[in-house]
Amino acid sequence: MQITSQTFKANTVKALADVELQRALKHVEKGFIGKRQKAADALPEFEALRDSAMAIKQHTLKHLDLYIDAYVEKVEASGGKVHFAEDADHARRIFLDIAKRRKAKTVTKGKTMISEEIGLNAFLEENGITPVETDLGEYIIQLRGEHPSHIIAPAVHINRDQVEADFRKFHVDLDPKRDLVKPETLLSEAREILRRKYGEADIGVTGANFLIAETGTSVIVTNEGNGDLTQLLGKCHVVLASLEKIVPTLEDTAQILRVLARSATGQEMSVYTTLSTGPRRAEDQDGPEEYHVILLDNGRSNMLGTEFEDMLRCIRCGACMNHCPVYHAVGGHSYGWVYPGPMGAVLTPSLIGVDKAGHLPNASTFCGRCESVCPMRIPLPKMMRHWREKEFESHLQPTTARAGLGLWAFFARRPTLYRAAVSFAMPALKLMAGSKRRFRSLPLAGGWTKWRDLPAPEGRTFMQAYAQSGHARSSGRGASK
Amino acid sequence: MSGSTRDAVMGRIRRAVGATPANEEARRRVVEDRLGAAPAGVIPERGQLPPAERLALFIQMATKADATVARLKSTAEIPEEVAAYLRERNLPATIRTGGDPRLSGLDFSQTSLSVTQGPSDGDDLSSLSHADGGIAETGTLVLSSGPDNPTSLNFLPEYHIVVLDAADVTGDMEAVLARLRQRQGKGVMPRSVNFITGPSRSADIEQTLLLGAHGPRSLHILVVGDA
Repeated sequence: MQITSQTFKANTVKALADVELQRALKHVEKGFIGKRQKAADALPEFEALRDSAMAIKQHTLKHLDLYIDAYVEKVEASGGKVHFAEDADHARRIFLDIAKRRKAKTVTKGKTMISEEIGLNAFLEENGITPVETDLGEYIIQLRGEHPSHIIAPAVHINRDQVEADFRKFHVDLDPKRDLVKPETLLSEAREILRRKYGEADIGVTGANFLIAETGTSVIVTNEGNGDLTQLLGKCHVVLASLEKIVPTLEDTAQILRVLARSATGQEMSVYTTLSTGPRRAEDQDGPEEYHVILLDNGRSNMLGTEFEDMLRCIRCGACMNHCPVYHAVGGHSYGWVYPGPMGAVLTPSLIGVDKAGHLPNASTFCGRCESVCPMRIPLPKMMRHWREKEFESHLQPTTARAGLGLWAFFARRPTLYRAAVSFAMPALKLMAGSKRRFRSLPLAGGWTKWRDLPAPEGRTFMQAYAQSGHARSSGRGASK
Repeated sequence: MSGSTRDAVMGRIRRAVGATPANEEARRRVVEDRLGAAPAGVIPERGQLPPAERLALFIQMATKADATVARLKSTAEIPEEVAAYLRERNLPATIRTGGDPRLSGLDFSQTSLSVTQGPSDGDDLSSLSHADGGIAETGTLVLSSGPDNPTSLNFLPEYHIVVLDAADVTGDMEAVLARLRQRQGKGVMPRSVNFITGPSRSADIEQTLLLGAHGPRSLHILVVGDA
């Protein structure tokens, strides 16, 4: 997919003015936050389980080479095949090889973010293969020619009436008199259309929430049952997954499952957790003839052992974006690539480069809600700060920003001068603002005042107020040096 | 397999995690121990109950997940319960089931039901399966693939009826996994294991929860016997 992370600022301006999007985004804040809290409160061990889940992933990452070896051995023992893919292009070529050998014309797809990451749909179409998304949200955005705006609720940016209009446009057999006002009828309409597709598919593609080293098993977690039908009824099942999905054992999977659904949708457990191991067995009456896993690196092995390693614990629950005030305001598409919200602000620069995605780690107020709800306790704000530092070190910011920071650093290193400057500036700004006590515009602050007034200072500096309050003397930390 | 890519990827990982010939054996032992022992971690108290309370919790949690539950004294009551369920919903008196001897041995002759056997091709409205077990903690059913209970019966029909032996209800998922391991052998799995918690649903349109997405619209659990 076309990367537009470079134009993040322009994307957000458009998003903020998009009435339909703003209407749809209200559902994120309303829908997800309360449900997660309720689920977390209902399980006394929830915090202990977060620690346990985090420790499992930390342990796995430290021994990732050995767990991958064990995993591959088990997949092969069950009659499946693992293909290592260096990058997106490599993963697409591996997929095409399988598709050509199977003479595939139609590919059904459960929800997979790795498919988005490698741009599989467009590539399949170029090669004369029809991809059919089966997750309701993914199906809707495929009709619209869009990309997901959320990692677990891909169509969260779209309203019901927009879906109705799309169905009327694309489902040409649809009786125009059929009432599609209720979401229920929209769901049945999609169900009927997709039902026919599963069995016709030459290949069923799914992602994986976990790859279990102990047994060579891939695990998907769904509510609709679409991924399950995709992998069951396609003649060949291809799993797209990245390296860090490996977990050691079935028990480890059970630990992480307990925090996954609760953090994502606030369910105790998603409706379907399906464990798949290899292709159809001799005695089976259903199931795929072949089972492949495309194990994608695409930059992840380079994150190991760095300050971004913690990001590889991510289980893609979406809690960070569900709780992010920036995401609530601008939606997922503004982030310009596959992964939005706080996890995207950290992961995207790692995968496509900070030169293209430098705006994303800057799009944070550092309020810390993402880290506080992350089931894997990933220090997202800290890692965004790392990216800001890297961006500065590689001279990627505009000259004005660097000059501003340089000027601030000059004063910050000279406290006496700094205090002299601010004790002059504060009363001056107060005076300039006059009786309104706000600025509608101010030189060098155009970025701020373009959207809102800048409140004027009250006159005194913080240090002056602090000294006068009497705290300075009692705490022994004087204002003068 | 693309051998050279595997070597390149694994080489990068080994460098990043600090794997050296000197620590190889110790690291291997740690991994083998964990895969061998499969430590359990944190098990919530919620499901750790005596059998009768455990079963009550299972029913409570399954109901909360929008499944319906009926209690039967013995397997002999299954045919009539299935027939009644379909009748009450104005559904055709046909049901699809697998070759599970616990189901194929049932006597349906006293009902008007027509029972067919084998996987579903998508045209069956109702199916009957037998669960491996149930998890009280979350009201979850556990079903394994195979000719006894073909996986397509769990997903394609609109009405899924599942028989669960009350004695097979455990407190937590770990207990089910341990039993699976015992049955299959260490490190070996059935092709597919389905953990099912309520009927299928979607909230993809305006975050409004709707039952009956691609899987069954209704999930009916027949709990047989006492805990």
